[in-house]
Amino acid sequence: MNTSGLNLLIGLAMGLNLLALGSGRVSSLIRAVSFQGMALGAMPFLLSHEFSPWVTLVAIATMVGKGWVIPLLLGRAMRAAHIEREIDPLIGFVPSLLLGAGGTIAAIALARSLPLRPEHAGTLLVPGAVASILTGFILLIGRNKALSQVCGYLILENGIYLFGLLLIHATPLLVEAGILLDVTVGVFVIGIIVDRIQRAFDTLDTRKLTVLRE
Amino acid sequence: MSHLWELPLRLAFWLLVAPLVPGLINRIKAWVAGRRGPPVLQLYYDLARLWRKQVVKSPLASPGFILGPAVAWVAVVAAALLLPLGPAGSIAGFPGDALVLVYLLALARFATAWAAMEPGSAFEGMGVVREVSFAVLAEGSIIAALLALSAQAGSLRLDAMLAPMVGTGSALLAAGLFTVLLAENCRVPFDDPNTHLELTMIHEVMVLDHSGPPLAAILHGASVKLLLFSVLLVQAVLPVAGLPPWLAGAALLAGVLPVVVGIGLVESLLARLAFRRVPLLLTTAFLLCLFALLMAWKGGTA
Repeated sequence: MNTSGLNLLIGLAMGLNLLALGSGRVSSLIRAVSFQGMALGAMPFLLSHEFSPWVTLVAIATMVGKGWVIPLLLGRAMRAAHIEREIDPLIGFVPSLLLGAGGTIAAIALARSLPLRPEHAGTLLVPGAVASILTGFILLIGRNKALSQVCGYLILENGIYLFGLLLIHATPLLVEAGILLDVTVGVFVIGIIVDRIQRAFDTLDTRKLTVLRE
Repeated sequence: MSHLWELPLRLAFWLLVAPLVPGLINRIKAWVAGRRGPPVLQLYYDLARLWRKQVVKSPLASPGFILGPAVAWVAVVAAALLLPLGPAGSIAGFPGDALVLVYLLALARFATAWAAMEPGSAFEGMGVVREVSFAVLAEGSIIAALLALSAQAGSLRLDAMLAPMVGTGSALLAAGLFTVLLAENCRVPFDDPNTHLELTMIHEVMVLDHSGPPLAAILHGASVKLLLFSVLLVQAVLPVAGLPPWLAGAALLAGVLPVVVGIGLVESLLARLAFRRVPLLLTTAFLLCLFALLMAWKGGTA
């Protein structure tokens, strides 16, 4: 297992978390999510001991799906809905960046006190996963626009995927492939819903979606 | 080199080489824009011209109007002298000189701000407010960066601290320090040194009413500060101190030049940020330095 390369990739993913928290435009947020997806997709290569076609297939599918297909769908939804490019945050950029950094530091501190298996003790897998999940939550809570919240959800899913990598030798990769398919379909559906919200309410501000109508 | 000659030599280095740096940056900007640009030695000519001129003083101003730039200039040059230069070490190294460096720079900023408010112009007061409010955020990053260096060296002496760490921590520290360099020296994403738009000026507002020798002191002090930050950045990243003298000199030069070129390219390719985005970038710089500090503190594992 290539620990230093893996830690570098996870560190990159953590940096992209903070970039996503600090980015003021939907397009740069989507780009951060896509780069993170690609970094995560490359990880099974570093984790597996010997070459296996099935791992390679899933890794490439993850990289293509998270790094290319999902950002493409999100970008199309953004253009179709004619939304403003600027993000109008509920929690400001600086507070959310500080929250994210605090969460990352707390995740690293937490992972040190967890009883991990010896082969995972030196890696950043657990702190990376916890930090990504926290970042996803901050984005879900602190942004108003539906598309930014979708990006938060994708980062949350990336965190769960990182947790899943801990068990890569135990769980069949079929589960991973299924999750990837679900996420892609989910984003596809959300792209349509975003368009519908825009048409029905003339805005993507989710705070306005509190009243039920016929 | 005898000890007697060391101080004048270092002083001459800092005083004479520093005005070259803005000239080089302007050259690079002119080259990217396809202009001929001012000569590299332009700042020397400007300083000589300003030195011969007389001072125009507001009737409201106290002697602090002249004293402020002088104090700022002395503080910046003293800070530059504290900085060790590769294997030659520091001229007056003592435990805690890193803190003195930070406070000397803060004193220089205070003196400039004080002198800027002397003429009694509300406009300069606005510039002071902007400068100081950004400086509060930038100072946190400098302190985090110095703490990172001191945590991995286990010392508060600058000459011991400037022994770089390797790997990711060093890259984080370089990125953070470069951003701080741009903010502290009023370069482009934060402030535009060439601006003539009153509403967007920060540093330029503060020196608007100065003339003659005090303005020359401010301009020269700014160039010394720019060189100081470049040398600090290079020594924080490259292991200059361990090399033989001539190689260290070459390494220092080879390190400062890319920094200068980097500043020129940033100024040519980026627009300045809107005011409300500046705290975000400074917070990012602070976080970069903070993560470098964590890596230095916890060792290579995290």
